[in-house]
Amino acid sequence: MALDKPYKDIPGTTVFDSDMARLGYHVNQFCMTLMDPRNRERFLADESAYLDEWPMSEAQKQAVIDRDYNQLLKLGGNVYYFAKLFSTDKISFAQGAALMTGMSEEDYKDMMVGGGRSPEGNRFSGEKENG
Amino acid sequence: MARLTAGVAMSHVPAIGVAVDLDKTDEPYWKPLFAGFDFSKDWIARQKPDVIFLVYNDHASAFGLETIPTFAIGCAEEFEIADEGWGPRPVPNVKGAPDLAWHVRQAVIQDNFDLTTVNEMKVDHGLTVPLTLMYGQPAQWPCLVIPFAVNVIVYPPPSGQRCFELGKAIRSAVESFDQDLNVQIWGTGGMSHQLQGPRAGLINHEFDNNFLDGIVSDPESLASIPHVDYMREAGSEGVELVMWLVMRGALDSDVNEVHRHYHVPASNTAVGHIILENK
Repeated sequence: MALDKPYKDIPGTTVFDSDMARLGYHVNQFCMTLMDPRNRERFLADESAYLDEWPMSEAQKQAVIDRDYNQLLKLGGNVYYFAKLFSTDKISFAQGAALMTGMSEEDYKDMMVGGGRSPEGNRFSGEKENG
Repeated sequence: MARLTAGVAMSHVPAIGVAVDLDKTDEPYWKPLFAGFDFSKDWIARQKPDVIFLVYNDHASAFGLETIPTFAIGCAEEFEIADEGWGPRPVPNVKGAPDLAWHVRQAVIQDNFDLTTVNEMKVDHGLTVPLTLMYGQPAQWPCLVIPFAVNVIVYPPPSGQRCFELGKAIRSAVESFDQDLNVQIWGTGGMSHQLQGPRAGLINHEFDNNFLDGIVSDPESLASIPHVDYMREAGSEGVELVMWLVMRGALDSDVNEVHRHYHVPASNTAVGHIILENK
């Protein structure tokens, strides 16, 4: 029997469940190695070569190189592991989050200072279109 | 015997630690957040807990995906500060309370909660930011700490009900320890926030304030909230709030609320803080 996944209809959200954790295992474990400053240096010097040391799919590697975090989420990446890439790129967690929303850093910051993104219209997929 | 006297809950946003470490707490962005902890610093200076049982989550610092303990109790003499990619925070190492930790571990496992025992573990902002918020920047932390890490990253975290019941078991275990110690339990993380995907930045003021009310007077109802409701209503990372229920389970059913604070935002997150004393 399939697992119950009642969270599948939350819009703009990828839940890091068993399937995603398995799919993204090597993406995330690669990110872990960036906690060591020597690895950060080696990665930045030749990203493709560093990524080729990992049994990741070509799509996963390309998404890392592109810093396409929404694509990486679909391919099993998790944001707490992305944090290692954020620090490698010297960007803050808020800057990283802004990237995934498609907003500019300034607009995202203004939204947060203004109280954050409202849950209204953001609870169920398709809610905005229907409502 | 050891006494469990009070519970404290608060968010543990990394940017809060950065603001303190870089001396930005008086900036307009940060000032209202830190003002809500002025009372708390005075309060804890009066309370002088000997040991903090600190419920938090590791953020892929000590635990990657190679081992994912649902509940892990730190039993070591000392815990070093993790390097989360920007160098370790400039805060003192955390001194453990191994005698009490090993005691609690044995009692709680015998009470049917299958904890993982950890003797080597670095601690990240999830643990150090709460200490900073309550104690400021001392040369040494004025208390011993038992780090208690809960998996909230790889779905599913433990249920709210399980966390609440675990809190009760921790309380019994602490109070069967044969030393006169003043022990507090802290629950950290939350409140509403989402760090990932197009919906990042979600904040739910109503959910958070209802949760703050409920943690005081109706934790049983909060304990029955399913994970999906946290994620839908309070953001995918809002599910961290189950850790507050461990804290609440360890307190009397009837408690005194001595302080409350709520502020949006700290970076991506709604910051909630509450202090509860056993009567």
